[in-house]
Amino acid sequence: MNQTTTPVDNGVNAEALVQARDALMQAPEAAEFTWRANCSWVNGTYSRTTVEGFSGLGQDHKHRQMFAFENDHPEVFASEDRAATPVEQVLGGLAGCLTAGVAAVAQLRGIQLRSVSSTLEGTMNVLGILGGDPDTRNGFSSITVRFDIDADASPEEIEALVAQSQKRSAVYDIITNPTAVTVHAA
Amino acid sequence: MRTTCVIIGAGHNGLAMSRRLTERSIDHVVLERGEVANSWRTERWDSLRLLTPNWETRLPGLQYDGDEADGYMTAPDVARFIDRYADAIGAPVQSGTTVTRVTTGPDGYEVATDHGEWTCATVVIASGAASVANIPPAVEGLPACTRSISPLAYKCPDSVDDGGVLIVGASASGIQLADELARAGLAVTIAVGEHVRMPRTYRGRDVFWWLEAAGVLDDRHDEVEDLVRARHVPSPQLLGSAARRTIDLNAITDLGVEVVGRLGTTSDGMALFSGGLANTCRLADLKMNRLLDRFDEWACAMAPERVDDAHRFEPTRVPDEPPLQIDLRRRGIATVIWATGYRPDHSWLDLPVLDRKGRIGHDGGIVLDAPGLYVLGGNLLRTRRSSYIAGAVEDTDAIADHLHRYLGCRERAPITPRP
Repeated sequence: MNQTTTPVDNGVNAEALVQARDALMQAPEAAEFTWRANCSWVNGTYSRTTVEGFSGLGQDHKHRQMFAFENDHPEVFASEDRAATPVEQVLGGLAGCLTAGVAAVAQLRGIQLRSVSSTLEGTMNVLGILGGDPDTRNGFSSITVRFDIDADASPEEIEALVAQSQKRSAVYDIITNPTAVTVHAA
Repeated sequence: MRTTCVIIGAGHNGLAMSRRLTERSIDHVVLERGEVANSWRTERWDSLRLLTPNWETRLPGLQYDGDEADGYMTAPDVARFIDRYADAIGAPVQSGTTVTRVTTGPDGYEVATDHGEWTCATVVIASGAASVANIPPAVEGLPACTRSISPLAYKCPDSVDDGGVLIVGASASGIQLADELARAGLAVTIAVGEHVRMPRTYRGRDVFWWLEAAGVLDDRHDEVEDLVRARHVPSPQLLGSAARRTIDLNAITDLGVEVVGRLGTTSDGMALFSGGLANTCRLADLKMNRLLDRFDEWACAMAPERVDDAHRFEPTRVPDEPPLQIDLRRRGIATVIWATGYRPDHSWLDLPVLDRKGRIGHDGGIVLDAPGLYVLGGNLLRTRRSSYIAGAVEDTDAIADHLHRYLGCRERAPITPRP
């Protein structure tokens, strides 16, 4: 644990998070959130995704602005590489989720962070998506995440921080556990 | 029929409560659906032994006095111990009486049974924290040829069909059954979610010696950081055996048990497992080491005699690529054992005291919003000791004190519990 007297500040309002959790335990229906994204095909493998609204706490919400990100495939797949591939965005989502978790858990545990960086790798045999081998799955065969963390904490505490951030991560759960997905065509 | 207090259940908690009421001269009856210590006679597998050593097995006014203080009782031993206790304290047990409904009446509580109705000022629920097996929805997707059982119904390896076994859950029940069935020569796969790794002995002493000595079992419900979480911590991976064997994922891996991640879902005969096994195991290792740190800190300060040097255990060996799915039929898995926890059965409780998850809202056993109603048993009811038989000693004393005061107030100003 942090031994200094300066208050730990990782820019996370841990008190608000704890209060929110306690409040939602009393009003569990408010804890039901729905996240949304829209996507429009532009051309080839290039498309544009936007996110703007989501629901939770019993009402609809809007982000402070609409966020957009583009999707494409690289030139080795005969595409034009105008944007990151969706699978890279999945890695980015996992990294973002775990990193937010590290910051929040560190704040709750009184650990001052100085730097947190991570490197992610997802391995994939593309014969799966190309339909070239029925025994090969489409998705990642494995994902590795390497965190590099500088903080006022022992190596064990840092390890516990990273382990706890996985335990509380939505994207980690989405990737490691099955989710029912329903796709309709209008 | 009228009495001051109806105790529901003649297990260790119900009987300890009876003794506490007798000490305070409070008129009561103990209603028992079967006979004394019923679940110990009927719902335990043959080889089961208590997680706690004999010296730790005590009730108010009765201490283990056999000659194997460091041994672990079998279920029949426990039934005999509780039987002996019921006799010793002269508990007013009415056996073969099933409670069908508890509700409020004009004069306190009405307890309906299959042998008449009781009216009483107070009720103590001691019907057990583990009456019903929690079976997840994944049971729906099993192939028709797969037999599905809970540890409450499991008896011995011979009672399991030939073929592979999938054990879902790796707390005390799951890991013990994996150990037993693998030793009996069956092909065992165990799906491992959040679990509590704990060595049987540490520095030459039983882990319960450390848990008592370092004050861990005295951690109180109103002092732990996150009570909801703490109450849901699964039982530790422990086994009571003459050899004081430590049972953990490494030990059962060495027996040939296949360790996979938490069961996510089943469909079309396929079982899907979480890819988060490595982190689940890492969390359990880290948590065990924090517990050992607490033991070591205590030993450092108190310098007890006859303890060996501090050390740490091998981290859990996690397979590099544990299977994420198994075709149950192709694998020949004939039996799935749901060691996914237990819950109390409160189906007869007709009072507005259950939360949205069906749990009784209580503060250390004192039920909120129902004056005169109490509940016993379960993780951290009052302290970490509450999970074990010895927890009854202090839990019943505190609750009997509260109940006694409540009766005093009620006499001075009669209160009717709100309907």
